[in-house]
Amino acid sequence: MLSKNADRLAKIWLWLSALVIILVLLSVLGYVFINGIGAISVSFLLDMPQNNWREGGIYPAIVGSLIVVFVALAFAAPVGVGTAMYLTEFRTEGLVTRIIRTSSDALNAVPSIVFGLFGLSLFVFYLGDYTGGPSLLSAGLTLGFMILPTIIRTSEVAMRNVPYAERMESFGMGASKLQTIRNIVLPGAVPGIATGLILSIGRAVGETAPIIFMVALNPTIPKSLFGSGNTLTTQLYYLSMEGISMKVAFGTALTLMLVILTLNAITRVFKKRLSRNLRRC
Amino acid sequence: MKKLFDQERVVGAALMVFSITALVILLLIMLFILDGGLPLFNKVSVSDFLLGDKWVPAKGLFGASQFIVAALLVTFGAILLSVPLGISCAVFLAEIAPGWAKRIVRPAIELLAGIPSIIYGVFALIIIVSLVRVTFNVATGETILAASIVLAIMILPIIISISQDSIESVPRLYKEGSYALGATDWQTIHRVLVPAAGPGIVAGIILAMGRAIGETMAVVLVIGNVEKMPAGLLDPGETLTSAILLEMGEAVVKSTHYNALFCLGLVPFILVLFMSVLSSRLTTKNKARFA
Repeated sequence: MLSKNADRLAKIWLWLSALVIILVLLSVLGYVFINGIGAISVSFLLDMPQNNWREGGIYPAIVGSLIVVFVALAFAAPVGVGTAMYLTEFRTEGLVTRIIRTSSDALNAVPSIVFGLFGLSLFVFYLGDYTGGPSLLSAGLTLGFMILPTIIRTSEVAMRNVPYAERMESFGMGASKLQTIRNIVLPGAVPGIATGLILSIGRAVGETAPIIFMVALNPTIPKSLFGSGNTLTTQLYYLSMEGISMKVAFGTALTLMLVILTLNAITRVFKKRLSRNLRRC
Repeated sequence: MKKLFDQERVVGAALMVFSITALVILLLIMLFILDGGLPLFNKVSVSDFLLGDKWVPAKGLFGASQFIVAALLVTFGAILLSVPLGISCAVFLAEIAPGWAKRIVRPAIELLAGIPSIIYGVFALIIIVSLVRVTFNVATGETILAASIVLAIMILPIIISISQDSIESVPRLYKEGSYALGATDWQTIHRVLVPAAGPGIVAGIILAMGRAIGETMAVVLVIGNVEKMPAGLLDPGETLTSAILLEMGEAVVKSTHYNALFCLGLVPFILVLFMSVLSSRLTTKNKARFA
């Protein structure tokens, strides 16, 4: 009888633990929504900031975020997918694959502020003549380094999930390795790779510490990749740390949150398609 | 036929160049952080840096112990708070959740993992800080504890997903054996499943610790940033990462202060790399055990 009661109590505790986590998520989301919804509007998104961000919109930060994410992906997507392809299609498991995988894992563990220090010394102090110093290019490349491991890992899983038998069928029909990759492996892996890329976009868009030393807080539209600019996250940090305008800060936070929610919803759709594909074969 | 073979080799070689990029970046990071940090030790001894508790850049005093202690306290607090909750939730998902509950909880955890750290910071800056201030009746809620709470939320997804994986990878036989002996669900969970999944769960906790030590943005907003040795969880403090963030702007390039800030980065960097290796070792060992 005692063990039955313990069983019931334990189950109540397990259900409660899940409930607590849902409540935590809802309170974070709810907090940002309730405080941010009043600030956000079309003009908030498309206007220049005024009066040192106390009024006006956040247009330059939106443009800046788009640019750094674009730069990060332009670097990390080809390199990451290429690495995954090399690991799955060109190499048998061994020392080389182990070294590549271990360094990718280690890179994934590097604290974001260390990426910030690295980006600062490499792109601003050593390569400043080529990158424009603290520019959107420098910030974007630093983010690209940071999301590379995610792209490698998700793409590798996606390619490994393409059944071995399909590759063998392709070889059996006389296709070369490259033809097999192009016609069998890549099409099969696309939903998985895309999910990984979107996941990385979410990470890149939400990171602050790696780029904080490379953004300028001037409210101007960045003129080029080599120009300085600002992003949603760094602006949010600046506004809330200095306590300049909590209204604009919450508007910025909600904008960022909506971007993350949208990306999250898109990955969900991809994942559904992915599991349907897997069931088919 | 010969030509195709060549094309394949060219592509293979190009991809090999791509695939060593991660290694090259990792080595470059080590090189640049060491290059930025090591000159400090021409002026200040390693023991003064690690054990000294006076951090006054203007006077050339670079004792980082209060940052190290604060970082360890924050991490310790976060682990203490999130491990019981995280493992319970993992057990819930792996063992007793009906399909509909899984369909709600799993996406919620994914979303928690995807929320940017700066948003957690802004949330904690007002909600958690006030919560701590009112609950413990202290002058300011900007404390080590507030930072621990927000970090605990942020590392929950790591602990849950890795624990769930390792609980689910415990062989069915273990569970069936336990039920056959007349054990209840709970007895099976806490006497058989969780112990068997132990090493995997520990791997997840280590990974989460690494994440907590390295986190910057959420911590800097709530910890109070007082350069003093914290005496307890209800004291304000300043961690390694928040000191870097706050002082980099005023440090003159290549000055001793600049070098010292790179050394502050070196500490979590080394700890985190060590933890990452340890964690993946444990995971591999755990998988091999059941294979």
